[in-house]
Amino acid sequence: MEKNNPKGWLYILPAALFLGVFMVYPLIDVFIYSFEEGFNFASQSFFGVGLYNYAYVLSDPYFLQALKNTFILVLITVPLSTVLALVISVALNSIKALRKLFQTIYFLPYVTNTLAVGLVFVILFSKTDTSVGLVNAFLGAFGIDPIDFIHGPYAMKMLVLSVYTIWVVLPFKILILTGALASVPQDYYNAAMIDGTSRWRTFYRITLPMISPMVFYLIITGFIGAFKAYSDAVAIFGTNLNVAEMNTIVGYIYDMLYGDSGGYPSYASAAAIILFVIVLTITCVNLYVSKRKVHYAGGQNG
Amino acid sequence: MDKKKALLSPAARGRAVKGLVYAFLAVWAVIVLFPFYYMIMTSFKSAGEYNSEAVPSLVVTSPTFENFFSAFTTVSLGKYLLNTLVFTVVTTAIMLLFTVLAAYGFSRIRFKGRDLVFTVLLALMMIPTELVVITNFVTITNLELRNTFMGLILPSVTSVFYIYLLKENFSQVPNELYYAAKVDGTKDLAYLFKVMIPICKPTIITVTILKVIECWNLYVWPRLITDREDMYLVSIGIQIIRESGFGRENIPAMMAAVTVISLPLIILFLVFRDKIMAGVARGGTKG
Repeated sequence: MEKNNPKGWLYILPAALFLGVFMVYPLIDVFIYSFEEGFNFASQSFFGVGLYNYAYVLSDPYFLQALKNTFILVLITVPLSTVLALVISVALNSIKALRKLFQTIYFLPYVTNTLAVGLVFVILFSKTDTSVGLVNAFLGAFGIDPIDFIHGPYAMKMLVLSVYTIWVVLPFKILILTGALASVPQDYYNAAMIDGTSRWRTFYRITLPMISPMVFYLIITGFIGAFKAYSDAVAIFGTNLNVAEMNTIVGYIYDMLYGDSGGYPSYASAAAIILFVIVLTITCVNLYVSKRKVHYAGGQNG
Repeated sequence: MDKKKALLSPAARGRAVKGLVYAFLAVWAVIVLFPFYYMIMTSFKSAGEYNSEAVPSLVVTSPTFENFFSAFTTVSLGKYLLNTLVFTVVTTAIMLLFTVLAAYGFSRIRFKGRDLVFTVLLALMMIPTELVVITNFVTITNLELRNTFMGLILPSVTSVFYIYLLKENFSQVPNELYYAAKVDGTKDLAYLFKVMIPICKPTIITVTILKVIECWNLYVWPRLITDREDMYLVSIGIQIIRESGFGRENIPAMMAAVTVISLPLIILFLVFRDKIMAGVARGGTKG
C-alpha cells in the first residue's frame, strides 16, 4: 500500500466539507456572536464588542427562570432515573423467563416521538371542564382533590415534567445497565454463594463495584442530557414556555433565536455559551468524583 | 442456619423473592405500556363518547374509525407524514453515502493529514448541537433556504459518531483482503462496494435505523427553519394539531393523530429489535 495516496481526500471530502460549514465554522462563530453588541439581524451589523450580551442574559428574568427550572429538573430526574434504572435492571438480571419481553417493553419509549407521546401525558394529567382526567380519578380514590397538573401550581407542573422526563430517559439507562450487569463474570457470584454471602452484601460488594464505570457513565450523560432538556417541556406545556413558567436554558436559547421574542442571535449565543460552561463544569466535577469512587477493573482498559 | 429465618425454607424464600421480582417488573411494564394503551384505546372512541365520561373509561364500548379519517381530512396529517418521510429518506441516504466514503477514507487509504483530520473529528463528537444551531440558523436564513427541504436536510447529513462507528468496523476487516484485491488490480472504490460494504452490512444497517429514528423524531431544527404549514414535519405538526387542529374538545381525534405518528417507529422497532438495542447501547444518547 502506498504511503501517501492523495485520493484519500476525495473520500472524506463530502463529510469534511459539511462538517466544516455546519459544525466547525458555527463553533467559532458562536463565540464571535456572543461578544458582538447590538447585533442587527436585518443589516448584519453591530456597534461594539464586549460582555453586554452576557450581562443582559444573566439579568433577564426569563433566563433566570429557565436556569432555575433546569437545575430543579436536573436535581430531580438524574438521581431518580438512575436509581430506578438500577433497581429495574437488577430485577431484570435476576430472572430468565420473560426477560426478553420485559426488555422490549421497557425500551419502547426510546423509539417514540417525544412531542407526540407527550400529548398522551397531557391528557392523562390534565383536568378539563368535562373530565377530571385519569390521574386525578386515580388520586381521588385516595381522597386527594383533583389537581390541574398542566396549568396549575408550579410544583405540580414540575412534577409532571419530571415524570415525563424520567419515562423518556429510562429506556437508555436500563439498556446500558442490563448490559453491564450481564457482563459481570458468574465466577464472582459463585464464590460469594459458596461463602454464604447475603444477597444485599453480594450486590454492594461485587455487583455495584463491577458496574460502577457504567453507572458513572450514565450519571454523566444523564446530567448533560438533563441540562439540555427542552422538547419534553414543549411536549407537555406547548411552545410558549415562558408564559407557562416552564422554560429551560435550551428553550431560552431557541426563543431568543426565533419565534415571537426572537431575532437576537447574540443573546442566544451568550446563553448557549453559559450553558456550555455549566455542563463542562458539572462534567469536570463528576470526573473528579469518579476518580475516587469508581472501580475500574484491570486498571488500563477501564 | 439462623432459627429466625427458618420460618420459611430457603427454597420457599427464593420462590417468594422471585414472585416479588416478577410482580415489580410487571407493574413497571404496565406503567410503560399504559400511555400507549390509553392512546390507542382513546383513538377508537367517538368524540361524544369521550366527552360524556367524567372519569375516562379504560374500555371502548363502540369503536369507530372516524378519528383516523378526520386526522387525515380535518388537519394536514398526511402532508406532515409525507414531509417527514421525504426528509427522513433523503437525509438518511445522503448521510449513508458521506459516512461510508469518509469511513473508508479514514480506515483504508493512507494520505497526509489523515490522522490530524480524524483527531479533529473525534473532538467534534463532544460539541453539543446547541452551540452550532445558532450559526446554522443564520446561515440557512441568509441562503434563503428557510421552508425548503434543502434547508432542513443540509445540516443533518453528517454525523461524526456514525463515521467513527463505521470506521472502527471497516478497520476490523483483515488487511490481507485489501492487498489481495490490489494485486488483482481492483480499484479502491470497487473494493469498497464489493468487499467492505457486504462484510460490514450489520453496522451499516444499524447506523441506518438509528438515523431514521433520529430524523423521524427531530424537533428543534425543523421548528427553527420552517414556519409554513406545508413544510412541517410530524413533530411540529403535532404541536399545531394540539393548539388549533380539532378544537379543544376532540381529544380522540388528537390521539388518532398521535397513534399514526408513533406507529411506524414502533413497527420498525419490533422488526429490528436486536439491531436497534445493540446500536443504541453502542452509542445512542437520549436523556
